[in-house]
Amino acid sequence: MYIILSNNDPLPLYEQIKKQITEQIVNGRLLPEESLPSIRALAKELEISVITVKKAYDDLEADGFIVTRQGKGSVVAQAGAAFVREAKLKGMQQHLEDAITAGRALGMSDEEITKMLELLLKE
Amino acid sequence: MAGSEYALEVQGLSKRFERFELKDVSFRIPRGYIMGFAGRNGAGKTTTIKCILDLVKGDSGSIRIFGEDYANNPIGIRDRIGYVSEDSPFYEDMTAAWTGRFVGKFYSRFDSRQFAGWLDRFQVDPGKKVKELSRGMKVKLSLALALSHHPELLILDEPTSGLDPVVRSELLEVFLELLQDENCTIFFSSHISSDMEKIADYLTLIDNGRILLSEEKHKLLDGWSIVKADNRCKSPELDALLCGKKEGDFGYSGIVQDGAEFRRRFAARFPGAEYRTDRLTLDELLVRLSGSQREELVC
Repeated sequence: MYIILSNNDPLPLYEQIKKQITEQIVNGRLLPEESLPSIRALAKELEISVITVKKAYDDLEADGFIVTRQGKGSVVAQAGAAFVREAKLKGMQQHLEDAITAGRALGMSDEEITKMLELLLKE
Repeated sequence: MAGSEYALEVQGLSKRFERFELKDVSFRIPRGYIMGFAGRNGAGKTTTIKCILDLVKGDSGSIRIFGEDYANNPIGIRDRIGYVSEDSPFYEDMTAAWTGRFVGKFYSRFDSRQFAGWLDRFQVDPGKKVKELSRGMKVKLSLALALSHHPELLILDEPTSGLDPVVRSELLEVFLELLQDENCTIFFSSHISSDMEKIADYLTLIDNGRILLSEEKHKLLDGWSIVKADNRCKSPELDALLCGKKEGDFGYSGIVQDGAEFRRRFAARFPGAEYRTDRLTLDELLVRLSGSQREELVC
């Protein structure tokens, strides 16, 4: 596992941690059942507050990426394919949203955007 | 371990002095976390800390440490607190090692081997007299003393002020190390906000004897933001959302707690116009909130 935090990143630190762990789960660098470092150990290593890491882990757990077991720490969730697919789907949706935003910025109507998408799909 | 989930609870603490008063100070720290206590000089940080340590008696309010009152267990509570004061009140002509033997007698769990270990790590010469130590060394001696009786609550009054960046970062590293033990709680005051932004879990802001805010760090720094807009986009209903407003010839800025609400009202009032939003630093939050009336804040 790797985590590199940047103060120049507009994302808050806990979001950066979340994003990087999620990416590593989605692209298979972190495998199901693999242990994550403890919240306090990671906070010390990254020299950030405990609560920042805790927030990232809590969110990852709520999203189903990791599981925390009492006394055993956190591991990557067994969920596997479903979550990976869902995560990728979310990414794809984001791209579509970006395209819509770009279209609207150009003054395109919703019909024009839809038409362009249909055209591209037929290609 | 039995006891409260809070290492420290201050509730409704008030104390009147001739020229200054603490008014209705309340906050609490969950066990196992660091709280930063920020405020400008003279805001009431040290007085609050002295009340927490029972060195100054409040006129009203309660202070509970590990869920206990001083009145019930005055010595037991002190035994579990490590305190590093702003000045190092040690005998100037005595050595660091002597100071350890002296202070150690007051604590049931003082560990002299650990004390020697901390001095070694901090590179404080045990044979040196207190008066020969630099400011940084004195703080380290003070911290070594506080840590060597296994405190569960560490209270530090301006531990990092007056220290160079290297020593400061060394100390912050020690704090994070201590927190590997989930039973250790740290409360430290400072006006060096970058230290707090880095390692604090909770932040409490005090100004003029009153608590401005006491919150999880993220809720504060991610919740509040600075908005900046030009003077064409000004309206009283937007102003009502702003705290610590600054106005100039070209534009105005202020901090808002509810960025979404501001965006909604701004868009409704000035369709098509734009404004900038910046992330807030603790310094800016403190500057903008200090001096602005507490009543303006709806938190």
